[in-house]
Amino acid sequence: MAGMSWTPDLDYGKSQETRARDLGMNTEPLTGRSMEVFFEPAEEENFVYPWAKDVDFNKRTELDADGLTTTEVNAKIRELMDQGYGTIVIQNPRGKHSLGVGILNRLNLIIEGSTGYFSTGLIDGPNVRVNGRVGWSCGENMMSGTVVVEKNAGSTFGAAIRGGDLVCKGHVGSRTGIDMKGGTIIVGGDTGALSGFMMQRGRMVVCGNAGKNLGDSMYDGTIYVGGKIRSLGVDAVEAELTQLDQAWLTRKLTQYGLMPEQGVGHFTKIVAGKQLWNYDNLEPTEKKLIL
Amino acid sequence: MCGIAGLIHRGKQSNVGAEMTAMLQALKHRGPDSTGFAVYGPPSAGDLVMRFKVAEQEDMGKGHGIEARIAERIDEVEKRIAEKGAVIKHRDMATPYARRWVISPASDMEALAAYIEEVDGAEILSLGSALELVKDLGDATVVSGQYGLGDFTGTHAIGHTRMATESDVDIRSAHPYWAFPYNDVSVVHNGQITNYWNMRRQMERLGHRFQSNCDSELLAVYVAHDLANGVALEDSLRKSIEEIDGVFTYLVATKDKLGMAKDTMAAKPLVLYESDDLIAMASEEVAIRAILPQEIDTYDPYDEEVRVWQA
Repeated sequence: MAGMSWTPDLDYGKSQETRARDLGMNTEPLTGRSMEVFFEPAEEENFVYPWAKDVDFNKRTELDADGLTTTEVNAKIRELMDQGYGTIVIQNPRGKHSLGVGILNRLNLIIEGSTGYFSTGLIDGPNVRVNGRVGWSCGENMMSGTVVVEKNAGSTFGAAIRGGDLVCKGHVGSRTGIDMKGGTIIVGGDTGALSGFMMQRGRMVVCGNAGKNLGDSMYDGTIYVGGKIRSLGVDAVEAELTQLDQAWLTRKLTQYGLMPEQGVGHFTKIVAGKQLWNYDNLEPTEKKLIL
Repeated sequence: MCGIAGLIHRGKQSNVGAEMTAMLQALKHRGPDSTGFAVYGPPSAGDLVMRFKVAEQEDMGKGHGIEARIAERIDEVEKRIAEKGAVIKHRDMATPYARRWVISPASDMEALAAYIEEVDGAEILSLGSALELVKDLGDATVVSGQYGLGDFTGTHAIGHTRMATESDVDIRSAHPYWAFPYNDVSVVHNGQITNYWNMRRQMERLGHRFQSNCDSELLAVYVAHDLANGVALEDSLRKSIEEIDGVFTYLVATKDKLGMAKDTMAAKPLVLYESDDLIAMASEEVAIRAILPQEIDTYDPYDEEVRVWQA
């Protein structure tokens, strides 16, 4: 009955090392002659796609989009990444749609001009700068990385984004951050109606004014507005702007050169009122079944 | 999902026919069913340009002696114009089923227009001293080539590429709509109007005629009704946003003005470019880029936004 006298060591708080070992998160070198390390928790390679291309940021090239279709431009970007180019400049985008979508790699992408709908959507990793305007649904569903737009943006800016920083230095259209599930959207100017509609997580910072129905039916997440809010949507409520909020806003806005002269003390913080949270409640028909 | 575009030059004339063709060709992917142009030249003194059709493009392939019937219909239109006291000054044949005639004004233009439209298959596409309206099946270059718009010089234009969602694919349901019987007014629209039938019945009770079942025609009739009652274009656009339900962005052009209105949800796109001598707008930026190669600043108008520009 030796097993009965064994007491599990539940005091994980004491040692980081113990905790890491129990989770299997310790460095595992091979004991043979090679001494090869085959698992390292801090190793960066564990967190990139196995097919990710090895690119060098110092290798720079330009790509003229004139006369090419969107598909050709996007295929060309992949081709250049295969060749190891880590900085790609796209010239003459002329409002083409879906430029630079689906890049799951580290990359410096610079777009010298304006793009159409869905530009740099579905990305995971790249740092994008657009020296022009973007159309509807820029950065839609992005997972990580940064997108900085120098001029204005269209509607549904950052629809359903999950991570990363999506920044527009000008004004954006309506329904900004609709259904966002993470990440940060930063707008230097104004935003239109129904911004943050049904947002579920993440942060949205609007330095200018917000249109009507801000944060309508938001589940969670936070919206900061520097200017006037025309009206709040259903179940969006104002919350206290804490020191932590201010510190974060200051750092984040300074990072993108959007820090207002008067500081961030005047920002309004909007969160979900959680009055629509009825997840555990049964539908009337379900109630009947149980009764 | 349709594509709309508009441009207006301030204080000068330009080749708006070719410019609008380039813009609409860039928007072809938004609607390949039909393309329409409303281009505005310098207003002629006295005489009016009447563009009309007496059959659909589809009818031409069906036979049944359509050529003879078209000839009969044209004769009938000619007879009716003479009956109402107008004179045909010039005749152009745009397509086998569409004509462009220059006529002298009759004493009652509305009665004349209504009388002509009683002819089987006849529909007046536009009537006015500055407006030329063409619309047909096909993309922008096809329609523009067919009707010879490539060298049209004027001050402003609106255009439309249509993806039919609410009614048939034919010329009758194609945009732009001429605001019958109001001279020189045309409308293009992208969206869906949800209280169409209520509004249409209201307009019909006021004595207005509808040629198609296309919801966009309502906007043309609505604006025409207001303008005829002395309401300013801007006020009419503002009022329409409150009274008309649905999701829409639409453009209205008159002899010397171009206006835009966006619904309360801002659900339909429009990109605007403004400079001192040119204002261009379109559903997508690609259309504006088609005529402006240099780097420009553009923006999206917000919900309930109404703008009017003077040529």
